[in-house]
Amino acid sequence: MSFWEVTVFLFDGFLISLLIFGVTLLCGAPLGLPIAFCSMSKYKVVRNTSKVIVWIVRGVPLMLQIFIIYYVPGLLFQFPLFSKVDQFFFLNWGISDAGRIMAVLIAFTLNYACYFSEIYRGGIESIPKGQYEAGYVLGLTKSQIFRKIILKQVIQRIVPPMSNEIITLIKDTALANCIIVCEIIKQAKELAATKAMVWPLFYTGVFYLIFVGLLTIVLGRLEKKLSYFRS
Amino acid sequence: MALLTVENIKKSFGKTEVLKGITFSLEKGEVLSIIGSSGSGKTTLLRCLNFLETPQMGCITVNGETLFDAADSRTLSEAAIRLNRLHFGLVFQQFNLFPQYTVKQNITLAEELLAKEHIKKTGSYCGHTDYHEAVAAIDKKADGLLEEVGLSDKRDNYPCQLSGGQQQRVAIARALAMEPDILCFDEPTSALDPELTGEVLRVIRELKKAGRTMIIVTHEMEFARDVSDTVMFMDGGVVAEMGPPEQVIGNPQNSRTKEFLSRFNER
Ligand SMILES: Nc1ncnc2c1ncn2[C@@H]1O[C@H](COP(=O)(O)OP(=O)(O)O)[C@@H](O)[C@H]1O
Ligand SMILES: [Mg+2]
Repeated sequence: MSFWEVTVFLFDGFLISLLIFGVTLLCGAPLGLPIAFCSMSKYKVVRNTSKVIVWIVRGVPLMLQIFIIYYVPGLLFQFPLFSKVDQFFFLNWGISDAGRIMAVLIAFTLNYACYFSEIYRGGIESIPKGQYEAGYVLGLTKSQIFRKIILKQVIQRIVPPMSNEIITLIKDTALANCIIVCEIIKQAKELAATKAMVWPLFYTGVFYLIFVGLLTIVLGRLEKKLSYFRS
Repeated sequence: MALLTVENIKKSFGKTEVLKGITFSLEKGEVLSIIGSSGSGKTTLLRCLNFLETPQMGCITVNGETLFDAADSRTLSEAAIRLNRLHFGLVFQQFNLFPQYTVKQNITLAEELLAKEHIKKTGSYCGHTDYHEAVAAIDKKADGLLEEVGLSDKRDNYPCQLSGGQQQRVAIARALAMEPDILCFDEPTSALDPELTGEVLRVIRELKKAGRTMIIVTHEMEFARDVSDTVMFMDGGVVAEMGPPEQVIGNPQNSRTKEFLSRFNER
């Protein structure tokens, strides 16, 4: 295989990595918000339930969570949901791995939503009480205060920790290969096994580096754009 | 009839009673200064007047309308409280400007939201049926207020670009924008460097000349003496002495007042 052919082959895998990255970000980031609000709820039951869930999800290795999501429907209900989805997609459209990818997406989204929720909570709780009070005194409602005053300050404060998580996320996508999803590293291992080529495994790093470089630039710009005020 | 009557306000946090029955009244255009040592309940009183705290007992009446009556649960609903708040303005010790908005936006934000809401609900706000017209009027008013506090040239700056004294003047303009009946100040100069207190006190003096009704918690005795019509000395959650400044500051009758002021003069 030529260098170019290896690149294309690996890029196929990287597209899967990017898919996991994109869906996790798009679903996990919004899902983190209700979790954050539950963790700050004035009702003890809601607050504690939320905190226990976050504790479990953050306390267990993501790889283990992928296994759990993937195998539990089969083990507990004698219904291997994700293998069935795999077969269904393959038989109908010739698409392989759909069920496995779905299991990975669910595990990643839940996991990252919990991490994001803690970042949101920290951000929201760091806004001084005086900001709310200044809003109340001017006759604003609770929701107006949150939307018009608090939100942007929270966003400014969470961009740096969110950037860290986002950069971690692209590298975490490699964990998908624990249930044989053909992300980039799985592809490279395939080459090592079938063609006795080891160098593509190291070459995958370049893909990550380029993508992380782009992310760093974009997130840095966002941070700079929000730095016009100091709270 | 007095503009504001406060009757027997009591406020406790858990077991500590912080306000033990505060009663006073205020005429339109009157300036009341509140003095007293730290922990005597001055801030808590202002917070009760602005409905940031709910007293366990007492009544607050403005212009003959009972805004708050601890015994009447109708006055305690969230919607009622929100309307009530517009009768009062509060300038905080720490300014609490909104950092992401410019000086002008800080002043107009609340009224713009109010105008939008009114137009949606009733079709008009202050005679304007069009939101953009209303906003233009609100903008114009903000420019007037900025001139009043001497900050026209800082209109488009962000709070972090201003000195403490300038920020506090913006906070005053922001409070005035909602046209409160009574403007309250909680130690407006305590967070400022000494050389910056003058500009804020000057603005408050101008407001007095313009006939604003104000309640000012302050440790600036000289200022309290010449800006106030009435001075209240609070001690341990009660009004220990109240009267014209010449009496309360110049010739106090109460032994606690004397003690407080003599400690003050030692500095
Ligand atoms: N939210 C609160 N919870 C408990 N105690 C409070 C609270 N706010 C004020 N206090 C107590 O009430 C007393 C009066 O406080 P404050 O009104 O701030 O006094 P001042 O403004 O005169 O210094 C203090 O002893 C303070 O500790
Ligand atoms: Mg105080």
